[in-house]
Parts: sequence; structure tokens; C-alpha cells
Amino acid sequence: MAAYEEQEYHKPFSLRTWGKMLPFFKPYKKYFAITMGFNVFLAAVDVATPLFQSYAIDHFITPGKLEGLWRFALVYGLVIVFQTVCVYLSVHAAITIEMNLGRDLKWAQFEHLQMLSFSYYNTTPVGYIHARVMSDTLRIATMVAWGLVDMLWALIYVASVFAVMFFLNVRLALIILLIVPCIAVLTVYFQNKILHWNRKVRKINSQITSAYNEGITGVRTSKSMGIEKENEEAFFKRTSEMRQAASRSAKLNAVYIPAVLLFSSAAAAAVLAQGGHMVQEKAMGLGTLSVFLSYAVIIFEPIQQLARLLADLISCQANIERVTDLLEQKPNVADREDVIRKYGDSFHPKKENWERIKGDIVFEDVSFMYPDGKEYVLEHFNLHVPAGMNVAIVGETGAGKSTLVNLMGRFFEPTSGRILIDGVDYRERSQLWLHSQMGYVLQNPHLFSGTVRENIRYGRLSAADAEIEAAAESVSADEVVKKLEKGYESDVGESGGRLSTGEKQLISFARAILADPAIFVLDEATSSIDTQTEQLIQQATARLLKGHTSFIIAHRLSTIRQADLILVVKDGKVIERGTHRELLEKKGYYYELYSRQFEEEASVRVFEGATGNR
Amino acid sequence: MKTKHRKLSLTVRFFDGSKGYFAAALAASLATTVLNALMPQIFRFSIDSVLGQSGFAFLSGHLWILALLLVGVAALSGISQYICRANTAMAGENFAKNMRDALFVHVQKLPMRWHDRNQTGDIIQRCTSDVEVIRNFVVTQLLEVFRTVFLAGTSLAMMLSMHVKLSMAVLSFIPVVVVYSAVFYRLIARRFIDADEAEGELSTVVQENATGVRVVRAFGREKFEMDRFREKNETFARLWIRLGTLSGVYWGVGDLITGFQVATVIVLGAAEAVRGNITVGEFVAFASYNTTLVWPIRGLGRILSDMSKAGVSFERVDYIIRAEEEAYGKAYKNGDAGESFDITFDHVNFAYSAEHAGGEKPLPQEAEAGAGSYGQVLSDLHFTIPQGQTFGILGGTGSGKTTIIQLLTRLYELREGQGSIRIGERDIRDIPLEELRKCVGMVLQEPFLYSRTIRENIAACAPDASMDEIRRVAKIACIDEAVMNFPDGYETLVGERGVTLSGGQRQRVAIARMLLQDAPILVFDDSLSAVDSQTDSLIRKALGEYMKDATVILISHRITTLMGADQILVLNHGRIEETGSHQELIRKDGIYRKIYDIQMNQDDRACLDAGANAVMRENIHAESGIHVEAGTKTEQGTRVEAGTKMEPGTCVEAGTKTEPGISVVSDIESGNETGGVSHGSL
Repeated sequence: MAAYEEQEYHKPFSLRTWGKMLPFFKPYKKYFAITMGFNVFLAAVDVATPLFQSYAIDHFITPGKLEGLWRFALVYGLVIVFQTVCVYLSVHAAITIEMNLGRDLKWAQFEHLQMLSFSYYNTTPVGYIHARVMSDTLRIATMVAWGLVDMLWALIYVASVFAVMFFLNVRLALIILLIVPCIAVLTVYFQNKILHWNRKVRKINSQITSAYNEGITGVRTSKSMGIEKENEEAFFKRTSEMRQAASRSAKLNAVYIPAVLLFSSAAAAAVLAQGGHMVQEKAMGLGTLSVFLSYAVIIFEPIQQLARLLADLISCQANIERVTDLLEQKPNVADREDVIRKYGDSFHPKKENWERIKGDIVFEDVSFMYPDGKEYVLEHFNLHVPAGMNVAIVGETGAGKSTLVNLMGRFFEPTSGRILIDGVDYRERSQLWLHSQMGYVLQNPHLFSGTVRENIRYGRLSAADAEIEAAAESVSADEVVKKLEKGYESDVGESGGRLSTGEKQLISFARAILADPAIFVLDEATSSIDTQTEQLIQQATARLLKGHTSFIIAHRLSTIRQADLILVVKDGKVIERGTHRELLEKKGYYYELYSRQFEEEASVRVFEGATGNR
Repeated sequence: MKTKHRKLSLTVRFFDGSKGYFAAALAASLATTVLNALMPQIFRFSIDSVLGQSGFAFLSGHLWILALLLVGVAALSGISQYICRANTAMAGENFAKNMRDALFVHVQKLPMRWHDRNQTGDIIQRCTSDVEVIRNFVVTQLLEVFRTVFLAGTSLAMMLSMHVKLSMAVLSFIPVVVVYSAVFYRLIARRFIDADEAEGELSTVVQENATGVRVVRAFGREKFEMDRFREKNETFARLWIRLGTLSGVYWGVGDLITGFQVATVIVLGAAEAVRGNITVGEFVAFASYNTTLVWPIRGLGRILSDMSKAGVSFERVDYIIRAEEEAYGKAYKNGDAGESFDITFDHVNFAYSAEHAGGEKPLPQEAEAGAGSYGQVLSDLHFTIPQGQTFGILGGTGSGKTTIIQLLTRLYELREGQGSIRIGERDIRDIPLEELRKCVGMVLQEPFLYSRTIRENIAACAPDASMDEIRRVAKIACIDEAVMNFPDGYETLVGERGVTLSGGQRQRVAIARMLLQDAPILVFDDSLSAVDSQTDSLIRKALGEYMKDATVILISHRITTLMGADQILVLNHGRIEETGSHQELIRKDGIYRKIYDIQMNQDDRACLDAGANAVMRENIHAESGIHVEAGTKTEQGTRVEAGTKMEPGTCVEAGTKTEPGISVVSDIESGNETGGVSHGSL
């Protein structure tokens, strides 16, 4: 995931981009008002606090009397309590905005993702999608809830401090004001440099992660070739770069912060010299001088904060763009208006209008090009699959075997030509209608976190426990269940991680059987599975396919030989078709593929047989 | 106590080379604190001298001197602050580099057994995120702890020096702040765990939805997924709002306490000043020390919680560091070179087992990782491969053929009593690992290529190889042409960010890579399985000329690949079934012969009706003397049951399987039967 490099955005502030977020802000107007309102109070209180000290000096210490001290203490105390209440209320409002806004953004994206086509998923890494939904939304929400509010606070704070200062003494106020642009320039200059190095750090960091990944996944190879040293050296080079870039960034920071502080001390010194004279000349109270000294020291904090927030605000634009990009993605496959009216959409199906599928499939003059592809992978392709027929698709890894299946399942639509299901163009019906009546078993079966039972139930949500168990038994998935500690209630782990591939496959068979679809799509596993499970899977496959129209991306000879029709795919195109026998007689590509596969399985079987003699 | 000691010694180890930085940072931090503590004193002095109370008439006429002094102290403080931050950063980055490097080197050297037990994602997590947490702690928090102590110390000292009673009033707030922070951090930490878990769950839903999108769509479960997501999303938002609200209370009350403390100082201070117990300057300075005291103490709560996080990360990193490396052995000994390379397996017995994996606790995923593989893999394996011979190994899945190679290269070690392996006269356990592995070149069935360029991949073992040499081996491996067809030729990147090579191409690149290693022993582990038979024979011919002097071990299930070998070993479930040359084995009429017959007669047989199985079955049955009639099965559906119902005597083939109904033979039958049926129906 880390290896997927994010593109960097270098765009100036754009109101249009932020405008797209407005509809999401709307429901929280009230909270925005609360947090902003209380922040105005807070800024005012923060500005007022040093005034108490000055009041104490000018009204008690200088005249040397204690009268009114208790009233003073009471007012001070009340202001502090008021400040506490403001802090609490504004924090509460801000967190409410942050989380609710984040939730809404996540929700909008997730909903949209459910409608996007496979072409989107094929070209977008899961990590990227995950980051869109989880991190980008979080950053936007945080920026909006806290960043904007903090900015408001800082602006008001700075403005009121200057207002008070100008009110108290124009000359001293001007001295401090003079230094503000210096700090601003300094900040912008350093922020840019630091940003540059930070980007570099991030980039090297993802390289280091990839290097670890390679070091671990390739450990067997590295060991056998004895090239650990070479790998180490390459790695050390990266970590040295990392150390350099990271220390550069840190050192820039190390210069920047003291530099700002130096400016603020210079301001304080100037105030001290100037203000001191004024006090001596009785042009100003000592208390006022102390207030100025305090302001000179603290005013720079909010100015720095403003500069930083502005930079954050601009970089946050990138997050917004990523999120809106996703939301603006148009699904490649969408149901027509009239179809939705009759059959309902994915979230509100009108099942009463659905026709039951028999499973007769016709490819009629179908040509197809992947949305991101450059050439046609299917041209004027015709195929009739009568209900109940088993079609095997064979070819080498990466030959494009899944294209036909993707078209049949309407995960992609033909570029030209039609696909008819039970005699009707499938675009006349809804996607959900087709998908609900199609079973899909994947090569690398995907399970969801949860129990075995929940995973099987995914096939038919209304299924009773007994039905689930029956489905499991019918494909021998109960053999897997028996081995698990808590049986059907065992947790399968994230993405089914606690089960082996073969076990996951059996569970996913049960899930498909439970759905009892008219059409099956099966992508056989290629990874080596222990012999026992392999046997179970072969039996289950046969059980699964019986009486159903099916498309099998086949790897096992037994499955291939059982098929009524074999389509041979090479370089993305169907180059041969026929029955097993016809294809062998042709002595073409299938023959070559078959022989290779056969040699392997033959020796495996002879060995298995031979062991039997022992 | 012991773990604390270990953490400390590890920390010291990773601080290697940055102790100087750290010491400088500490000293600079101390200097900064002292310099910063001077500032309020200057304010105090100026206020008092301006008022003329202390009689510095000269200074009150020359205030600019004080101003200059202020800027001077600030500049010094700025410099020392820079020194402190820069050195801290260097120390931290050095620390992180040491840690990253040590982990990488260590992970490379951990035995395969350890790698088998641990998941890649988890190891990477520990090497990256956890290192980052620790680095952060070292860079920011560790120094912050010292700084807080210094700061609080000097501020208190300054305050005490000015007014003891007022200082006591200030001090009385400290325990309140500390206890309050600690209590709240505990409360918040607990809610944080809940909220964090909710985030994890939500994240999982998103992750699984995106990876499982096909399943979701295929079952039309969009609505179900959305409901699930909505529920998790709500919980997530609710828990975080709860946490945030609590933090709001925390910050609010914290402000309240510190606010009151400041107010107390001002009110009491004013009173004391009026009474003449302190000067105005002291009053101002006192107030300013008070602020520098309050904030760091409030920050302590946070540091404490970060410290425990860093502790957890440390533990997770230590899990890797603790694991024991392979024994690499002594460096290369000159006298040993040039010996013979005869390979002898001397009564080798072997089983993979979970023990000795290095970690203290087995990880949960380990249980399934090796499911079924912990049994006896090799039993009493005894053979010799004379130097320069080509040696073939034929075996089924799980026969242990790959294990032989892993033992030869000591990717897995033989233990006492498991026999021995020798190269020449030396037991391989006495050969330094690096030397041993450099003299065995191997190509695996699914070779691993590095995400580097094709040239770098081929030259992995010989980084200095010239382009000519690289192309020469690439030509032998029949990959040169394909590579030249890429737009970037040999500079084409492989993997994630580059091209995806097909299985056959990967195998051929790996062969080229091995050739460049120039090892005296070459192993081909099913390494041409994804190459078509024409290219296969081309490569083999080219290789044959190239490797005249090398000892070659061929592992395959393809007879054509093995038949040219000087000696062939047929391995069956870890035991030697038969050995001999191709001719001898053919005459022997054993397993080898059977496989040979099937594979060689393919052409004729393929064109016969439902093909392969009939002949295959005949072969098997003829050998075992058992005759199973095809007629016993009538329908494909009865296949499983038919297997189980067979009498033990009649179905010897199925006898190996303990589970009823799982029999290879019955499966072959069914393949045939259904094949026949479906052909009929077309």
C-alpha cells in the first residue's frame, strides 16, 4: 500500500474546490456557529488575561493600596470560569462537526463505491480506495472542524491584540506591528523548504517499506544466492538518504523556531527600551509596559499558527480533490432510467418485477475493448450457451480468461453487439437482477471477517441455520467446519485469513450453493492445495455445476474434460473452441496446453497410485 | 525488571554513534533553560531600575543597554535551542537508521523456519510503524522529559529565590495538576482504545469491501454492505465524539486549574507587592516563571501515555531482534577450496517442525501456515551425486523433492540424528553458509524477481558483470529476444512499478541469473514448467553445452526433461522408490516406466475417445494387478459414494487415504465418465 505513490498537488487556493464541500457542511451550520462564536469569546478572553496583571500593577501595586483586591480576584475568577465553559463548548462543537462531517463524507464515498464499475476497481489499488475513504475524509474533517476554527481564533486574537495595543499606545504598537511581516516572510520561506524535505522523507519512507517487503518475500532467493550483503548495502543507502532528508527537515525547523523567537525578543527589547523611557517620563503606566512585554512575546504564536494553517488549508485541498474525484467517477455500467423504474436500483430492488433466470446465454456479435485498453480483445464474437451447459475457459495465467466472464456477468458491457440472457438483452434488466441470480466462486475466494456461518449466509441472507449447514454439507465444507474449534461460530479472521485457501474455497462454495443461482461462474484455484482438500474441492465442483449454466475458468483437467464446451484464450482472444476431443484432434494451442498440464497431473496420479501399493 | 533491562540495553545499542549528539542536545537543552530563565530576570531588573528603586541610575538613563542584553540573551538562547534541536534530530535519525538497518540485516539472516511462522505484513509493520513510534519518542519525548525537569527545576529555584511563601502557593497546585492529568489520561486512554478499535473495524469493512467487490456484486449485496458500513461508521463517529467531549472536559478543567493558579499568583503577588515584600519587577518575573512552569507540567501527562505506547512498540520490535539468526559459520578457508563437489546424502531423515522458530510465542497464523506439513518429509534418504553428473529427481507433490534442495543449501538445518549431507569430504554444517550457498545455484518453479531492472535482476549475484556477459546468459536462457522487445530493453523495471512478466519469462530470467552466478552445482527445481516444450528443449540444449563441468540437479515431473540425466532418483513420499539411468528405469518397469508410458504415448492416446484416463487407468491397473471396471460407476453423481463403497481389497489405490471417498482412482474414473457423458450429449 505504501508503495503506491500519491501524486502531489501544487495548486493555488481554489474556492471552487472548497465550494464542492459546502453541501456537506450545511447540516452542521448550528455547530459551526457555536464553535466560532465561542472562539471569538475565547480570543477576547485570551487577549484580556494579561490586562489583569497590568491592572494589578497600575491599581494596587503602584498606588500601594489593597482596596478592591477581592473584587478584582472575583472578576478574574469569573473570567477564568467563563473561559473554561467556552473551551468546553467550542471543543464539543468542533468534535461534533469533525466526526459527523467525516462520517458523512465516508458514507457518501462508500455509497458511491458500491455503484462504481469493475473497471474502476481494476485500475485502482485497494490501498488507494481505502485511503480515500479513511484518511482523506479524516483530514478534511479535521481541517474544517479545527483548522478553520483555529484560524478564526488566531485572526481575532491578533486583531484584538493590535486593537488593544493601538488603544493603549500607538508608538509601541507600531514597533510590534513592524515585525509581523518579517515573521510572515520567514515562515513562508521556511515552510516551503521544510515541505520540500518532508515530501522527500515520505517518498524515501515508502521506498524503505518496499525494501522491507522485498527483503522478506524474497528472503529464500536472497539466501540461496548469498546476496544478503548486496541487499543490505542497497538498503543502507536508502536509510542514509532517509537520515539525511529527515535531519535536513529537522534542522530547518531547528533554525526556524529560534529565528522567530529571536524576532519576538527583538520586539520585546524595542518595547522595553522605548516603553521604559515613556514610563520614566510618566507618559505611560508601568502596568501598560508589562502588558506590551507580554504581548510582544505571545503575539507571534498565533501569527505562526496562521501561516501554518494557511499552508495546511492549501494542502488539504488535495484531499478534497481526491474525495470529489472519487465521488464524480461515473460508473461504466449503469442501469437505464426505465430499467431502474421497473426493476429498482441496487439499494431498493423491486423484486416483484424480476423474472426468474433459466440460464440461456447468447453472445451476439460482441466486440469488446477494455475502457483503459487500446485494442479489441473480442471482435464479432458469437456464442450460444443453452441453459445447463458447462463452459470451460482455459489459457495461461494472464491470458485474459476473465474477460468473457466479466462480460457475461455484466461487470463490463460489450463495446458493440449484445448479450442475451433468456433471449433478452441484459441491459433491459437491472444489474442486481442478474447478479442476484448468479453464483460467483473466485480463485482466491474472498471471505469477510465474521463467523463461518455469517460468511455462508452471505449467499442468502434469509437462510435458516439448518439450510446453511445443509449447504455446507453438500459441498463437504462441513469437513472444514468440523476441524474448527467453535464450528460454524468460528471467526474466520480478517478476509478469512485464519483459513487456508482451500478451506476458504469450500466455504465460498457453500455460500454459492446457498444462493442457488441459475448461472455459476467459477474461477478455479491455481495455488497448490493439499491433496485432501483438493479432492473435496473437485467433488464439490462437480456438485456445484450439475444442472446449472456455468462458466469455469478452469485449471484442472478433470473440470476441463467435464465441460460441454471449451474456449481457449491466448493473448486476450478466444483462439480455439470446441469439445475436449475436437480440440485435441486439432493439435493446436489447446493440445500444447493440455499436454503440459497432463504430464504434471499424470505423474502426480501415478505417484498417488503407487503410494497406495505401499 | 528483566524486560526493562533489555529495553535499556537495546536503546544503548541503537544509540551507538549518536551518543555525542545526544549529550550535546542535553547540554544545549540545559543551557537554553538557564538562558530562558534569565529573561524574566531582565524584565524584573529593568522594571525595578526604571522605577529607580534599586538605584541603578546609570541604567535607567541607558535603557538600550538592557534591551541589547535582552536581545543578546535571546540570541544565545536561540543558538543553544538550535544546537539542541539539531542534535536531537541527528540523534533520533541516527537511532532510527541503526534500528532500521539492524532489523533489515537481522531479518535477512533469520532462518526460513522463522519466516514460515511470521507473516510478511506483520513483520513490515514492526519494522516501519513501530520504529517510527520509537523514533518519535526518542526525538521529541525523551528530550522533552529532561527539558521539563530542567525547566521546572530552574523556574522553581528562581521563584523560591524571590519569595518563598508565594512559591509555596504555586507549588500547591502542582500535585493537583499532576494527579488530575494522570487520572484523565487513564480515562481518555481507555476510551481511546474503544475508539481505536472502532476505527479498525470500520477500516476493515472498507478494505474488505474493496477487495471483495466481486463477491459483493456477484451476490447483489450492496445494500447489506451499506447497512454494515453505516452501523460501523455511526459507532466510530459516536465513540470519537465521546472521546473528544471527554478531552474537551479535560482541556477545559485543565485551563481552569492553571487559570486559577495564575490568578492566585497575581492576586497574592499584588498583595505582597503592596505590602512591600516584593518589588514590582519581582512580581512580573514571578508571574512569568509561573507560566513557564505550568505548561510543561500539564504536558507530562501526555508524555507518560506516549511512553507506554513506545514501550509497546519496543516490545514488538524486540520480538524480531530476539529471534536467533542462522549460524553463518566461519569465514572462507582457503585450504578448503578446489575440493571435489560430490554430494552425498547420508541416511537423511527430516521433518519440518514448529520448534526452534525463534519467537517466544507462536503467532496465531502459524497454526495453518504449515498445516499438514509437519509430518515426516524425508525418510532414510541415501544417495551420492558424483561431481559433474546430471542428476534427475522425479517426484509427486509433497514427495519432498524441494526439501532435498532446501536441506542442501541449509535453508533448513538437519539436526542431530537426522543424518548428514556432505559436499566432497566436508559435512555441509562445517561449510560457512555463504560459501555453501554461493556454490549452489538454483532456479525455483516460481522464481522471485526483485523489483529492479531486468539487467540488475540477472546480475544479482554478479553486480560487476558486463552487458555482454548478461546478454550471453540471457540468450542461453532464451529470454534475450523477449527483453529486447521491451521499450527499455534490459533497463525495464520488473514488478509493481514496471512490467509484469509471464511465468515462463520469470523462469527464464531466473535461469539467466543463475548462470551468471557461475556455481559448480546447479539446481533446476521444476524451473521450466511454465515454458512451452519447444523453448524448453531449446533451453536445455543450450544449457547442456554451457554447464559441461557443473553438477546439475534437475527436479521435474516431465520425463523429457529428466531422461538425459546420468542418474534419476524417483522419490515417493520422502522415500527413494527407485534409482538408475533412464534405460535402467525403463527396464525396471516401476513408477518411472508408468509415467514414461503415459507421457510418451500421449499423442495416440489423446486422440482416442475420452483420452488420457483410459490408458492411464490401464497402466496403473495392469501394474497393480487390479481391475476396476468402468461399469461400476453409472452416473457422475455416484462417484464419491462408489469410492467409499468399494471393498478395501478391490480398491487398493484408495487405500492410502484415510478419508473414505477421497480416492485418486475414483476421481480419474469420474473424469472419464463425465467426459464421456458430456460428449454424448453434444
